[in-house]
Amino acid sequence: MKTLLSTSAVALTVTAGAAFADTNACLITKTDTNPFFVKMKEGATAAAAEAGINLSTFAGKYDGDVETQVAAVETCIASGAKGILITPTDSRALVPVISQARDAGALVIALDTPFEPTDAADATFATDNFKAGVLIGEWAKATMGEAAADAKIALLDLNASEVSVDYQRNNGFLQGFGIDIKDPTDIGDEDDPRIVGNDVTNGSSDGGRTAMENLLQVDPDINLVYTINEPAAAGAYEALKSFGKEEGVLIVSVDGGCPGVKDIGAGVIGATSMQFPLLMASKGIEAIKTFVETGEKPQNSEGLDFFNTGVELITDTPVDGVPSLSSEDGLKKCWG
Amino acid sequence: MSENGSSASVGQDFEKKLDESDKSIASFNVKATSPFERIQHVLHNNPTLVPVIVLMLSLVVFGLIAGGKFFSAFNLSLILQQVSIIGILAAAQSLIIITAGIDLSVAAIMVLMSVVMGNLAVFMGVPTVLALFVGMAGGVGAGLMNGWFITRIKLPPFITTLGTWSIFYALLLWLSGAQSIRGQDIDTNAPFLKFFGESFNIGGARITLSAILMILVFLALWYMLNKTAWGRHVYAIGDDKEAAELSGIRTDRTLLSVYGLAGFICALGGWASIGRVGSISPQSFYEGNLDSITAVVIGGISLFGGRGSIMGALFGALIVGVFRSGLRLSGVDVLWQVFAIGWLIIIAVAIDQWIRRVSA
Amino acid sequence: MNTPVVQARGIVKRYGHVTAIDSSDFELRPGEILAVIGDNGAGKSSIVKAICGATIPDAGEILIEGKPVKFSSPIEAREMGIEIVYQNLALSPALSIADNMFTGRELRKKGFLGNVLRMLDKPAMEKFAREKLTELGLMTVQSIKQPVETLSGGQRQGVAVARAAAFATKFIIMDEPTAALGVKESRKVLELIKDVRAKGIPIILISHNMPHVFEVADRIHIHRLGKRLCTIDPKDYTMSDAVAFMTGAKEPPAKDLA
Repeated sequence: MKTLLSTSAVALTVTAGAAFADTNACLITKTDTNPFFVKMKEGATAAAAEAGINLSTFAGKYDGDVETQVAAVETCIASGAKGILITPTDSRALVPVISQARDAGALVIALDTPFEPTDAADATFATDNFKAGVLIGEWAKATMGEAAADAKIALLDLNASEVSVDYQRNNGFLQGFGIDIKDPTDIGDEDDPRIVGNDVTNGSSDGGRTAMENLLQVDPDINLVYTINEPAAAGAYEALKSFGKEEGVLIVSVDGGCPGVKDIGAGVIGATSMQFPLLMASKGIEAIKTFVETGEKPQNSEGLDFFNTGVELITDTPVDGVPSLSSEDGLKKCWG
Repeated sequence: MSENGSSASVGQDFEKKLDESDKSIASFNVKATSPFERIQHVLHNNPTLVPVIVLMLSLVVFGLIAGGKFFSAFNLSLILQQVSIIGILAAAQSLIIITAGIDLSVAAIMVLMSVVMGNLAVFMGVPTVLALFVGMAGGVGAGLMNGWFITRIKLPPFITTLGTWSIFYALLLWLSGAQSIRGQDIDTNAPFLKFFGESFNIGGARITLSAILMILVFLALWYMLNKTAWGRHVYAIGDDKEAAELSGIRTDRTLLSVYGLAGFICALGGWASIGRVGSISPQSFYEGNLDSITAVVIGGISLFGGRGSIMGALFGALIVGVFRSGLRLSGVDVLWQVFAIGWLIIIAVAIDQWIRRVSA
Repeated sequence: MNTPVVQARGIVKRYGHVTAIDSSDFELRPGEILAVIGDNGAGKSSIVKAICGATIPDAGEILIEGKPVKFSSPIEAREMGIEIVYQNLALSPALSIADNMFTGRELRKKGFLGNVLRMLDKPAMEKFAREKLTELGLMTVQSIKQPVETLSGGQRQGVAVARAAAFATKFIIMDEPTAALGVKESRKVLELIKDVRAKGIPIILISHNMPHVFEVADRIHIHRLGKRLCTIDPKDYTMSDAVAFMTGAKEPPAKDLA
């Protein structure tokens, strides 16, 4: 057995590029529960099969499950993986084990969530979440027109720990809408009177509903609702409906999951910024392939410290100056 | 004791001496002397008193701080509505905690069964009533599975439900593909699934059927626990399982029924949650297990079993809801809401320990 | 002579190589208090457990009032009217005195409430409990609804004995009823045992406490090396004799031998 293995390893170095079936790679996601990561896994698995790479997949048990991810990276190092695609569940805590992996010769690519510092990984393939927020903010401002000056805004965020995705989307939205965001990494430090308040949803429908109800109690005249993701948006819509206010309130969101895109078509959500987990995954696999073949590492997008996998605004009521796709077109690109 | 101790050394004489002493063996006098002890006794006999007082106090305090926005019929009915699902889970959880067990799988059973009902009724065209029936039966089955491991394989409830939590959660992700069923699809194909989302207005209050369901579940359990032999057995088992067994209770059978019933209540909660959330999302109520335990503990039900009234859990759930709403309307950051709930739990358990010391 | 309440012959119980009961006999007569004494490990608990179904003997026969029985659990024995007062009392501390007396045999209301809604007849149970406690002179109870954990050790023992006395139709087994009690409370429990006998219910009393045994017992069953050594009348012997027989320091006279 041992001889067999070492022989193939030698063969690999000699005929690099021809024997991809012997190239091991890993995909480590935050959880197996979020459709975003489920889709990412599907994309990676498909791309790996095509490229002839052996892909092992791992996932944390819950968001923030550092231990499981650390163990997964260690397993990957031990199995001699050439590349590791990871969505770090904690931007800082995973840095040491990631440097070990790089020392062991693996190409490490952060997907979706950057490390801190970003260059802890060889590359980062992610959505520009701030940009995603800006798009829906601009769209909302243009849609409301003059009414935007006295909008009443509810912000439905993720959770109390204010992770990067949370503040980037939230503050991107506010900036796009034309509000001074002060500290770009802090949620809730704004003093614009148009903001009614923030509440957390845990990114789920039940959380979205309760948070919306709470904010409606603070101010029943809310007419613009930002939501961290589409399940939270669906919950917020239910709350508005139960208050008899589903008409005339604009809901915007970020994600681009298929149920969310359908909700655009049904008029539940006004606009959403779609991100591309499949693309992150397939680009990641591609990069590993290139790395094994040529030793070349992927480059960042211009002006960013990561490779931007793109955002598209999806809405059925497009506005001037903000390019968008219809929900019908969006359904062809949506994930999950 | 000391006077007897000295005469005992003399020999058998003490027996005679004692013949003259008081023959009534049980003079059940309660010697509650200090007012402190008296309070302790009152609380001991009425375990729901603490949560009721806390609930009333918090209503008054938040009414003063947050004003009319908080203390309106509408907001209070909204709180009732917001706690209804966790309240139903807390009812199931209390039942199990009274037997000195714990169920970490309640929320997983609930969401799993809502997904089962949704998949059947929305996507597979099964008549809604049949889908509901399958979901309820599934809930009972899931509960009995927990009960079976606990009574037959003798696994501790914590371990068993820690395991089944993962198992049910995995099944739920598999069945749903980690994907929500949209509210609009439910409206078109199986609107009856949202039955408990219906509401009606009384005065300024909006009462949803899910809130009524929660209250009915609590009343029914209160009756069963306090007015039937089964309920007395549930308490006896939680108090001292061995003693219950020796005094003729078929403890395993009773425990099995408790877990089965809890599973049923969870499935019922699953149905109600569809109305409340409006869609069926596998990600919802991920913290439902802990939220339900929080409600139970704040409600003064002892985690050591055998003590506390089921109604406490209802008040516990309401207290959490009142705190969340009150702090929110007072403009307090989410962080400090979490902080406050944490203190509530600690204080509730401390009070429970203090009350238990009454027997010493 | 009346038929013995319990008549056991040739009871054998082995656990692997250990013989806990070595072909022992046992006899309880109507209306008597039979004390069972023996050194630690002599097997006195084993023989009593075999009689009430807590252990199932490998061989031998047990007759209750002349009829052969084979119990598979103490619950079955209980259904025949055999009550056991366990050393740990088997009470549920948080439940009331009344609830405890009726655990496992609660009374339900008549009609719809009881049959369909399974509602307990609490007033009836409380009345019964109060009567039974009064009968045994235990009734200075403030509230029959008081949780058992608020009672003293002796009071709890009283409740356990009253429960047994209330439901026993054949006999009562008491396992070390005074072991955990102070002198004064032991005293009261002994009175209580005599009161129960006065009601005509025979009692098997397992105890280590020689003065207590000699005070209340009508006969003493001395267990040694897994079997009944002899049965003596406490009036004919001293405590030292009993201890000597029990430990093997002295041979009992032939007339008393088993």
